[in-house]
Amino acid sequence: MPALAENNKIQVFTSMEEAPKNVSTKKVVYDTKDLNLWYGDDHALKNINLSIYENEVTAIIGPSGCGKSTYIKTLNRMVELIPVVRISGEILYRERNILERTYKVEDLRTKVGMVFQKPNPFPKSIYENVAYGPKIHGIRDKKTLDEIVEKSLKGAAIWDEVKDRLNENAYGLSGGQQQRLCIARALAIEPDVILMDEPTSALDPISTLKVEELVQELKKDFSIIIVTHNMQQAARISDKTAFFLSGEVVEFAQTDKIFSNPSDKRTEDYITGRFG
Amino acid sequence: MKYIDNNLVQKKMGSRLLRNKLAKLFFLLATLFGLFVLVILIYRVIRDGAAWIDFDFINNKLSTDPERAGIMGAILGTLWLMLVVAPVTMILGIGTAIYLEEYAKKGKLQALIQTNISNLAGVPSVVFGLLGLTVFVRGMDLGNIVLAGGLTMALLVLPVVVVAAQEAIRAVPGFLREASYGMGATKWQTIKNVVLPASLPGILTGTILALSRAIGETAPLVVIGIPALLIPLPDGVFDKFTILPVQIYYWTLDSALVAEYTNLAAATIVILLVVLFLMNSVAIFIRNKFQQRF
Repeated sequence: MPALAENNKIQVFTSMEEAPKNVSTKKVVYDTKDLNLWYGDDHALKNINLSIYENEVTAIIGPSGCGKSTYIKTLNRMVELIPVVRISGEILYRERNILERTYKVEDLRTKVGMVFQKPNPFPKSIYENVAYGPKIHGIRDKKTLDEIVEKSLKGAAIWDEVKDRLNENAYGLSGGQQQRLCIARALAIEPDVILMDEPTSALDPISTLKVEELVQELKKDFSIIIVTHNMQQAARISDKTAFFLSGEVVEFAQTDKIFSNPSDKRTEDYITGRFG
Repeated sequence: MKYIDNNLVQKKMGSRLLRNKLAKLFFLLATLFGLFVLVILIYRVIRDGAAWIDFDFINNKLSTDPERAGIMGAILGTLWLMLVVAPVTMILGIGTAIYLEEYAKKGKLQALIQTNISNLAGVPSVVFGLLGLTVFVRGMDLGNIVLAGGLTMALLVLPVVVVAAQEAIRAVPGFLREASYGMGATKWQTIKNVVLPASLPGILTGTILALSRAIGETAPLVVIGIPALLIPLPDGVFDKFTILPVQIYYWTLDSALVAEYTNLAAATIVILLVVLFLMNSVAIFIRNKFQQRF
């Protein structure tokens, strides 16, 4: 029975007695098995085992240097841009191991969009930014591109602000707008999963709120994995939370459980602000 | 107890301020010296040559008669030379820079290539002339035609273009590359759509400055033996040719025979300076107009 198997998988990393609710109806998107990662001699990720489910927001929290960014960048293999990285273990994305040599990263990153810590639009027009992804995947038809651009910008809740200046340079937008543009750009490749690496850490509170509302909206259609420094943010927007410490997953459970009744003393210390 | 003695500070104040002023004076003089020499140079070439510049001087072919001699041949030769140098240096130079910055693994081999390129930029141009003579003029049996001269010049300025292009490519922030890779772009798509457009102003500026250096170079072409004889106007890259600085060189050399050659040389210098000034202006214009801040 698959449902039971999934429950078991979760329980290994939670407090055993309290299995997450409603898990059985959802499919696993990412299944990480015994993942280890080294930067040179630095053992950055240690025996990570995590299962991430469809149409949920999974938050990854932890102090600086705990490996949370490294982990999320492993999920689309961006971590390989650093030359000295070594990885062992398995990451199954939709039941295929993405760490296999034969898995094309270009293919993976088409299905797994990413939003970065600092808004990083291209120094091109707003339109060209959003059309970039579809274009590199071979869409040339102007009308199709127009439709994708409009749909993506609407999806990222920025269409009304930019619809009259699509041909202006994206650098003219505010930081918060730039970040939502980057989300629109990620939506334009019609991904299955969206990875967000501290997407609001460079934004003001109002822009942060807009992005958070957007995440709530997006999880209806996408699976979202979000790394955040901000514990309130994790509590507000995520369904599940993983707490990373020194390259290990200390605890992974339903967000309300992590924040109300953590099983591990270290989790409790971190969320109550005793360290980190 | 205080470490800083106020009386002592007051006593030394005068000499400190004096040295402050002296330093400023020294740097001002250093700047003025260069300017002064430049002004003298420009004054002298204009005094000797300006009166000789007219339509005939630019439009006429070379002649032994100073009154009828013109520099059309050298102008055309320079243009044809640039038509060889510009594409060759841009393709090879930008290609090398992209390889070194985007593809080559950072290691000993890459460091070795890098050091060599930097050193090549400092090799005297006469050595490149010998290289061109050996490889293109004699080795490939091209003779002293535009193509041979252009390839020689291209090699001469190539290291400069490579280094300039590398710096421009390195200045493209990593987060732009990440954005592109993050959407499933291949390396080539990322280079073509993100890295090159962002670094193009820097690359073009470097290339134009390198070309203006090539326009002013004399030694390599003298070494490969381009003639100062009365040759027909060049019609293409397979013709014999001469260029402005070489023309200046030979006229100056022969000024003992015909006094007016000094004036012809000066007039040619004025033309060459105008060309260089225009090229540098274009480079600065491109840099200012398309420079992006990230």
